[in-house]
Amino acid sequence: MTTPVSDPATSFLFGRLTLESLPLHEPILVATFAMVALGGITLVAALTYFRLWGYLWSQWFTSVDHKKIGIMYMILGVIMLLRGFADAIMMRLQQAMAFNGSEGYLPAHHYDQVFTAHGVIMIFFVAMPMVTGLMNYVVPLQIGARDVSFPFLNNFSFWMTAGGAIIVMMSLFIGEFAMTGWLAMPPLSGAEANPGVGVDYYIWGLQVAGVGTTLSGINLLVTIIKMRAPGMTMMRMPIFTWTSLCTNVLIVASFPVLTAVMVLLTLDRYIGTHFFTNDMGGNPMMYTNLIWIWGHPEVYILILPAFGIFSEVTSAFSGKRLFGYTSMVYATVCITILSYLVWLHHFFTMGSGASVNSFFGITTMIISIPTGAKLFNWLFTMYRGRIRFDLPMMWTIAFMITFTVGGMTGVLLAVPPADFVLHNSLFLIAHFHNVIIGGVLFGLFAGMNYWFPKAFGFKLDEFWGKISFWFWVAGYWFAFTPLYVLGLMGVTRRMRVFDDPSLQIWFLIAAFGAGLVAIGIAAFLIQIAVSVRDRKKNRDVTGDPWQGRTLEWATSSPPPDYNFAFTPVVYDIDAWHDMKTHGYERPLSGYEAIHMPKNTGAGVIIAGLSVALGFALIWYIWWLAVVSFVGILAVAIGHTFNTKRDFYIPVETVIDSEAKRTKLIESGA
Amino acid sequence: MSSTVTNAEPRRFHLDHEPHLPEGDSTMLGFWIYLMSDCLIFAVLFAVYAVLGQGFAGGPGPKELFELPLVALNTAMLLLSSITYGFAMLEMAQKRQSQMIRWLIITGLFGAAFLTIELYEFYHLIHEGATPGSSAFLSSFFTLVGTHGLHVTFGIIWLITLLVQVTRTGLTPSNMRRLMCLSLFWHFLDVIWIGVFTFVYLMGMI
Amino acid sequence: MSTDDMHHADNHDHGSVRSYTTGFILSVILTAIPFILVMAGGFSSRMLTVMVVLGMAVIQIVVHMIYFLHMNSKSEKGWTLISLVFTIVVLFIMLSGSVWVMYHMNTNMMPMPQGMTGQ
Repeated sequence: MTTPVSDPATSFLFGRLTLESLPLHEPILVATFAMVALGGITLVAALTYFRLWGYLWSQWFTSVDHKKIGIMYMILGVIMLLRGFADAIMMRLQQAMAFNGSEGYLPAHHYDQVFTAHGVIMIFFVAMPMVTGLMNYVVPLQIGARDVSFPFLNNFSFWMTAGGAIIVMMSLFIGEFAMTGWLAMPPLSGAEANPGVGVDYYIWGLQVAGVGTTLSGINLLVTIIKMRAPGMTMMRMPIFTWTSLCTNVLIVASFPVLTAVMVLLTLDRYIGTHFFTNDMGGNPMMYTNLIWIWGHPEVYILILPAFGIFSEVTSAFSGKRLFGYTSMVYATVCITILSYLVWLHHFFTMGSGASVNSFFGITTMIISIPTGAKLFNWLFTMYRGRIRFDLPMMWTIAFMITFTVGGMTGVLLAVPPADFVLHNSLFLIAHFHNVIIGGVLFGLFAGMNYWFPKAFGFKLDEFWGKISFWFWVAGYWFAFTPLYVLGLMGVTRRMRVFDDPSLQIWFLIAAFGAGLVAIGIAAFLIQIAVSVRDRKKNRDVTGDPWQGRTLEWATSSPPPDYNFAFTPVVYDIDAWHDMKTHGYERPLSGYEAIHMPKNTGAGVIIAGLSVALGFALIWYIWWLAVVSFVGILAVAIGHTFNTKRDFYIPVETVIDSEAKRTKLIESGA
Repeated sequence: MSSTVTNAEPRRFHLDHEPHLPEGDSTMLGFWIYLMSDCLIFAVLFAVYAVLGQGFAGGPGPKELFELPLVALNTAMLLLSSITYGFAMLEMAQKRQSQMIRWLIITGLFGAAFLTIELYEFYHLIHEGATPGSSAFLSSFFTLVGTHGLHVTFGIIWLITLLVQVTRTGLTPSNMRRLMCLSLFWHFLDVIWIGVFTFVYLMGMI
Repeated sequence: MSTDDMHHADNHDHGSVRSYTTGFILSVILTAIPFILVMAGGFSSRMLTVMVVLGMAVIQIVVHMIYFLHMNSKSEKGWTLISLVFTIVVLFIMLSGSVWVMYHMNTNMMPMPQGMTGQ
C-alpha cells in the first residue's frame, strides 16, 4: 500500500492511516460495508428502542458466569462462521469461473486476502471460540462446580478473543488483510515483500486473541484440577472433561509458542531484526519450524473436545456406559503427548533429509493408533445398545464415517515420499477439511444439538436440524471429494486462474457442494429461529431430556446461576446415571446461601483498550499506542484494588428458584 | 481426588452444607501454570538463539562483544534479590509487616540495579554499532535478554503495586497470596537467568 | 473440592532462613565455578568445559527449584510437579527438535562456503 506524503500533524494523529486506506474502489467491499452498516444500525437502533443496552451490559457483557460466557463464545463463533463461509464461497466461485481465459471476478490481491482470511477466521475465530465455549459451558457443570476457578479471568479471556475477531474484521473495511496464507510465512510476510498493514492486522488480531486463549486454557485447567465435586477422582471424570483437560494442557503448552513467534515476526517487521529474513543470518525456515510446533498441537486442541462430545453422545444415545473408558482416557493422553512429536510432517519437503523425515513420518503414523482405538470404542459402545437416532447421534455417525476417510488420507500424507507429491496440493486441502469439518465441525453441531436444551431449556427443532444435517454432510462430500481428485492430479492450493479446461468440471462440483453447505448453514439458522418460536412446545421440564448420564443433566435446564443447589457427591463415572439408578430424590429443603463471584466491567475495558492498542500499532499511530498501553496497565492495576468481588445469593432466592423447578417438573409429570 | 466416602455407607448424593473453600485456593496453582507457559515463551527464544546464534553476518560475535565481569555483577544482583525476596517471605509468614516491606524494597533495588546494568550493556553495544538489526545473532541476543529484562521490569512494577496495597490494607490473605505469586515470578526469573548467562554469555565465550 | 482439601487451607511452604541461606550459598558456588572457569580460559578440551558449564547450570536450576521455589512432590497434590515435568519435556522437545531439524536442513539445503554462513 502506498502512503502519500502528508503533513506531520496528520501523520502524527493518524499514522499511516489515510483516506486512501478505505477500499472505496472495491465494489464488493463497498456493498458488503453497506450491508454490514445497515444491519449494524438496525441492531443498535433496536437495542436502543427496546432499552436493552443496560440489560446486555449488566447481565451479559460484564458477566462472570461461565454459562453466559460460554454462550457468548458460541455466538461469536456462529457470527464468524458466516464471515468465514462467505470467504469460502467466494473462493469456490472464483475457482469455478476462472477457466478458458477468464480471470474470474476477484483480482489477485483480493483473492489472496480472501483465502488468508478464510483460514484465519475459521481456525481462530470459529473453531476456537466454539470449542472454548462448549468447554466453558459444560465442564463446570460436569464436575459439579459453581463456576470456573477464575471467573473474572474467564470474562476477560472471552473479550480478548472477541477483540481479536474485531481487529480481523476491521481489516475488511479499513486497509487490507494479509495476502500470505493463514500462517503468514516469511519472507512473504516480511517487511520487504509485504510492507502494508495486512500482515500487521494478522499479527495483532492473533496476539490479542491469543492472550484470551492462553488465559482461558489456564483457567479451565485449574478448574478441572481443583473444583471437582467430592468423590470425583480423575478416573471418574466424564470423558468430555478429560478431553477438555488435555485440550487445555495443549493450549497452555502451545499458544506461548505462537505468541513468541508472532513477537519475532513483529520485531522483523517493526524494528528491522533479522530472524526470518533471507539476509544477515536470518532463516525463514525457522519460522515454519516454530509455527508448526504450535500448529500441530493446535489441531488436537480442536479435535480432542470433539472426541469428547462424540463419546458423551454415543454413550447417552446408545443407553450404555462408554465402552473402554480407561482406554479412551489413555488414548487421549497419548494423543496429547504425541502431538508434540509430529510437527515436521507439515514441511517434509523443506529438506531436512531422510532421517528427520522418517522420524516424523513414523510418529505421525503412530498417532493414528490411539485415534483408531477411540473409533472402536465408539463402535463397541453402539454395539447392542438401544440407539436413538436423535440429531446429536446423527452427527456422530456422520463423523465416524467422514472422519475415518480423513484420517486415512492423513496417514497417506504422513508417508514422506507420498507427501513430496501431494504437498501443498488440493489433496492436502481436502484432507484437512475432511478432518476439521468431519471431525471438529460435526462435533460442534453434535454438541450444540446435545447441550442446547441444557443451556436454554428447550430442544432444537428436529425437522430443520435434519435438513441442516443432510445438506451439511452431502455438501461436504460434494465440495471436497473433487479436491482429492484434483490434488492427485497435481493441482496446487491457492490458485486463482487455471489453464487446463478439463479441470473445470471438478471445480463446478465443488462449488455445487459449497452451495449445499450454504443451505445447511441457512437451515441451521432457521432451526434456531424456529426452536425459539416453538420454545413452549419443546420445553425441557426435567433438566434431563436425553436420559443423560453425567452431572450436567442433574440440574435444571437452564441451570440456575449457582448450577447446583447442593454440591453433588460422586461415586461412579456416569454420576447422574448412578444417582438415577439408586433412586436419588432431589432435596426440597435445607437450602443455604451460596457464595458467588460478582460481575465486573474490567475485562471489557481492558480488551477494548487492547483493540485500540492493536489498531494503533497496525497504523503506526504511536500516541494512541502509548495511551492505550498505559490505560491497560492502569485498569489492570486498578482492578487489583477492587476488593468487593463476591457476594452471597440469599437463601430466599435459592428457595425461590428451586421451588420454580419443582413446579416445572410437576407440570411435565 | 480423595474418595473419603466409601461404598459401605448408604450413598449420599449431595453435601448437606456448602463446602467452605478457602478463598483463592486455586490461585497458586493457576499462577504456577502461567509460569510454565511463560517458560515456553523463553524456550522458543532459546531455540531461536540456538539455531540463529551463529548467524553473525560478518559482524561481531560474542567474544568481541560480551564482558563477563559485567555479567557476573548482573548475576550477583539477581541472585541477591532472590534471597532478599526469600527473607521478605519469611517475615511475611511471621506477620512482621514493616520488616517484610524493608526486605521487599531491598529486593526492588537489586532488581533495579540489574536492569540498570543491563541497559548500560545494551547502550554500550548499540553505541558500538552492534544493534538488534545488525545480524541474526544480535537479533536473538537482544530479544532473549531483553524479554527477560522486560519481565524484571514488570516484576518491579508489580512489586511497587503490592507495596502500596500492603501499606493500605495490611497483610490480608489476598495480599499475602499476591506476594507469594510475585515470589514465584521473581525466583522463576532467576532460574531463566541461569539459562541466559550459561547459554548465551558463558557458552559464547568458550 | 474434596473433603480433605478443606482441612488444610494454607499448605504453602515458606521455607526457613536456613534453607534460603543454603540455597544462596550453593547458587553462589555453582555460579562462581563456571564463571571462573570460562574467564580463566577453560579446560584444554572445549567439550569438557561446555559439559561442566552446562552441568553447573542444570544443578543450579535444581537448587533454585528446591530451595527458592519450594518444589516438592506434595504441593497441590503433585500437580505442580507434574506440570513442571511436562513443561520440561515439551521444552526439551522444542529445543532439541528445532536444533536437529534446522541443522539437518542447513546441511542438506545450504552447502555454502564457510565464509558465507558467517562462521
